[in-house]
Amino acid sequence: MPRVVDNVQIGPMTWKMRVEVPRLVAKAKAGQFVIIRVNESGERVPMSIAGLNKDEGLLTIIYQVVGKTSALMTTVEGGGEISDCVGPLGVASHVENWGTACVVGGGIGIAPVYPIAQAYKEAGNKVISIIGARSKENLFYEKEHGEVADELHVCTDDGSYGHAGFVSDVLDKLLKDGAPIKMVMAIGPVPMMRVVTRVTKEYEVPTWVSLNPLMVDGTGMCGGCRVTVGGETKFACVDGPDFDGHAVDFDILTKRLNAYKEQERRAMKKFLDDPHCRLAESVRQFTYPGTK
Amino acid sequence: MVQKIEKKERMKIQRAQMPEQAPEERVRNFNEVPHGLTEEQALSEAQRCLECKKAPCIDGCPVEVDIPAFINLILEKDYAAAARKIKETNSLPAVCGRVCPQEEQCEIKCVLAKKFKPVAIGHLERFVADYERENDLVQIPAVAPPTGKKVAIVGSGPAGLTVAGDLVKLGHEITIFEALHKPGGVLVYGIPEFRLPKNIVQAECDAMRDTGVTFENSTIVGKMDTIDELFEQGYDAVFIGTGAGLPNFMGIEGEQLIGIYSANEYLTRSNLMRAFDEEGYDTPIIRGTNVAVLGGGNTAMDAVRTSKRLGADHSYIVYRRSEAEMPARAEEIHHAMDEGIEFHMLTTPIKFIGDEEGRVKQMECLKMELGPPDDSGRRRPVPIEGSNFIMDVDLVVVAIGNSSNPLIQSTTPGLETNRWGNITVNPETMQTSRPGVYAGGDIVTGGATVILAAGAGKKAARAIHQYLTNGAKPE
Ligand SMILES: Cc1cc2nc3c(=O)[nH]c(=O)nc-3n(C[C@H](O)[C@H](O)[C@H](O)COP(=O)(O)OP(=O)(O)OC[C@H]3O[C@@H](n4cnc5c(N)ncnc54)[C@H](O)[C@@H]3O)c2cc1C
Ligand SMILES: Cc1cc2nc3c(=O)[nH]c(=O)nc-3n(C[C@H](O)[C@H](O)[C@H](O)COP(=O)(O)OP(=O)(O)OC[C@H]3O[C@@H](n4cnc5c(N)ncnc54)[C@H](O)[C@@H]3O)c2cc1C
Ligand code: SF4
Ligand code: SF4
Ligand code: FES
Repeated sequence: MPRVVDNVQIGPMTWKMRVEVPRLVAKAKAGQFVIIRVNESGERVPMSIAGLNKDEGLLTIIYQVVGKTSALMTTVEGGGEISDCVGPLGVASHVENWGTACVVGGGIGIAPVYPIAQAYKEAGNKVISIIGARSKENLFYEKEHGEVADELHVCTDDGSYGHAGFVSDVLDKLLKDGAPIKMVMAIGPVPMMRVVTRVTKEYEVPTWVSLNPLMVDGTGMCGGCRVTVGGETKFACVDGPDFDGHAVDFDILTKRLNAYKEQERRAMKKFLDDPHCRLAESVRQFTYPGTK
Repeated sequence: MVQKIEKKERMKIQRAQMPEQAPEERVRNFNEVPHGLTEEQALSEAQRCLECKKAPCIDGCPVEVDIPAFINLILEKDYAAAARKIKETNSLPAVCGRVCPQEEQCEIKCVLAKKFKPVAIGHLERFVADYERENDLVQIPAVAPPTGKKVAIVGSGPAGLTVAGDLVKLGHEITIFEALHKPGGVLVYGIPEFRLPKNIVQAECDAMRDTGVTFENSTIVGKMDTIDELFEQGYDAVFIGTGAGLPNFMGIEGEQLIGIYSANEYLTRSNLMRAFDEEGYDTPIIRGTNVAVLGGGNTAMDAVRTSKRLGADHSYIVYRRSEAEMPARAEEIHHAMDEGIEFHMLTTPIKFIGDEEGRVKQMECLKMELGPPDDSGRRRPVPIEGSNFIMDVDLVVVAIGNSSNPLIQSTTPGLETNRWGNITVNPETMQTSRPGVYAGGDIVTGGATVILAAGAGKKAARAIHQYLTNGAKPE
């Protein structure tokens, strides 16, 4: 079973986990993802690759606590194990030297655009990175992005740090001012990716987005991850996760992501309400600070 | 030893009826439906076999199980020996006894089939295999001295498991790579618990592990190591048993609505991820009140019967041909009917209609009639113009087959495929266009049966052994 090297909190709801999976890491490329299972009764959760240490065989994933499984992930201690980590899944991000390329990361999307920025840079591009979060405390990886990007723009929705506003506003302004951006890679919440594609459409800049529909196997077997791109059905786990942002049907994607909202809420509640569960106790403390 | 009786007398014995859970009870649980024959029933059923010299039943079995011989061992009450007799050619009798389409294979050829009912070969096969397992009589086979040769097996369905079981006994070092977190292929993720309890598949895999087979789950060949890299790592031969892949959809309007699953997704959620067990597991699944399952094969029957157990009020089979053309096993169709599944024959959906949240709520259908036969020899369904009608549904499961998963083919240069993307092999040896690389099961034939996959595995194991002992190593 894959060993977890460390698992640390890096924001109010954000954690960073490093897993030792040398054979996977040897093959993995920016833009791909893995599926992990915490324990025997757990769900299979897809997680983007947020960093690869090829020398030590370490994979970094950065995750947000949104439900039961991601909450459970926080309870794995450094030195512990998880049941499974399968991958690398999906097609690696397309990388070439376009001259100037821009990566846009919103919220948890700041993580997966980091290795992509590195790959763009290695290919010889001038890299402009735009990262944004709800507030200062939700921001992470600023230093890492700063080390890779030729130009880094940081923003927060509430203006508590950096530029006040959305990543798409920053991108809009750059393009308006004539930045020679030839390619944009945007990863983040669906509404953010949608707005970014609207902006780049106007300036006719090709744009990749990384889609995160609900998945089961991640190998093309179930079809649960199907998305509509250019009027065609694609399986995000094998055909993606990167797609031409100007061709993606975001309406359908948004609706499909809500398929299990109610069941997920119930599972989380049942878990948190169980007075005998020790895991639940540590998650309760974490999710609702100050409560016991 | 049971006293043998006159042939004429034997023909008077009634075919044994397998006891099973009552329909109204079983639709509320996921326990296996048929309980298996009692010893008394098995002995009585075994008496019915006429021990034919030429035994046509054997010709009906794709792996040529020596049927009269194993039945004779039942009469000697040596059930474990009977199970071992079957295992000489079929490594998965507990599985095949349950899921083979006997009525079109071994049993249809039984001499009793014409005038009487055929000997219940499948029931007997299950009986002896269960007896052997439940009484801890399964023997770890003797393993030949190590040959120093390594074989990689890709996929742990019936094809891969059979190759592994046969080759490990011959002293080769075997590793099975499986993409999912549990081995067994369709036997664990597709076929439901109520038809094939998962502890049986687990027991088969455990026995193999005890014999020395290494399982590497959660490992996708082609993504992790390619076939060529496996050779570089010192494997001497590779068997590809990756099964049927990508699910087909109807390609009609509204197919992206929430509440429309492929059978693979629906069954995987329920079986592999055990969504039916809400207490113990976290997997969500849409349970549905009015459920339509599109298709007429085993997969469709498994899905529709699952939906009933997950609490649907109405579960429908919607199939574009008539009942006679349904490819599912006869037993499954009868079980479904007993469980109150409603069959809409000669019907095809043309559009799915959703609500504001994007959940499916209705399905527009057309009635069909049967025209002249098509390529498959079955009469082609043709739509009746103006016969449109609406069905209320809140869950639709599409079970209209799979097309091949391209992962291995696309990462293995020089591996030939046919126009459907299935790997082409020499039918005698199962060797692919690449020396040292063999393939079998659904990835070669397209969706077929457990016993055909296992049979292909047998052939491949024989050829791989030949190759490893006489053949040259590929460059
Ligand atoms: C290719 C891919 C890469 C991903 N990478 C990351 C990553 O790097 N970091 C990270 O934190 N998350 C990532 N996700 C999302 C992550 O898999 C889900 O957040 C996780 O499965 C939620 O599990 P849960 O049990 O904690 O929450 P659940 O109880 O299952 O869900 C809680 C909430 O999260 C939403 N949700 C569930 N699954 C997804 C999903 N696939 N995408 C978006 N929202 C979802 C639900 O609708 C619900 O509102 C990725 C998803 C995909 C498909
Ligand atoms: C719902 C359902 C019901 C059925 N009912 C019956 C029945 O009653 N009777 C009957 O005879 N047949 C039945 N079948 C058909 C039968 O199950 C299949 O024909 C049989 O399982 C095929 O065996 P296989 O070994 O070729 O592949 P599979 O059983 O499909 O196994 C292939 C395995 O390979 C793995 N794999 C794929 N790609 C890779 C990779 N790149 N790396 C590693 N692993 C990989 C897959 O995850 C899978 O576990 C049914 C099928 C389904 C779907
Ligand atoms: S393996 Fe299947 S076809 Fe062969 S004898 Fe057994 S049940 Fe019949
Ligand atoms: S054909 Fe029927 S009666 Fe004859 S040996 Fe086979 S099972 Fe027995
Ligand atoms: S997650 Fe099952 S096909 Fe993509």
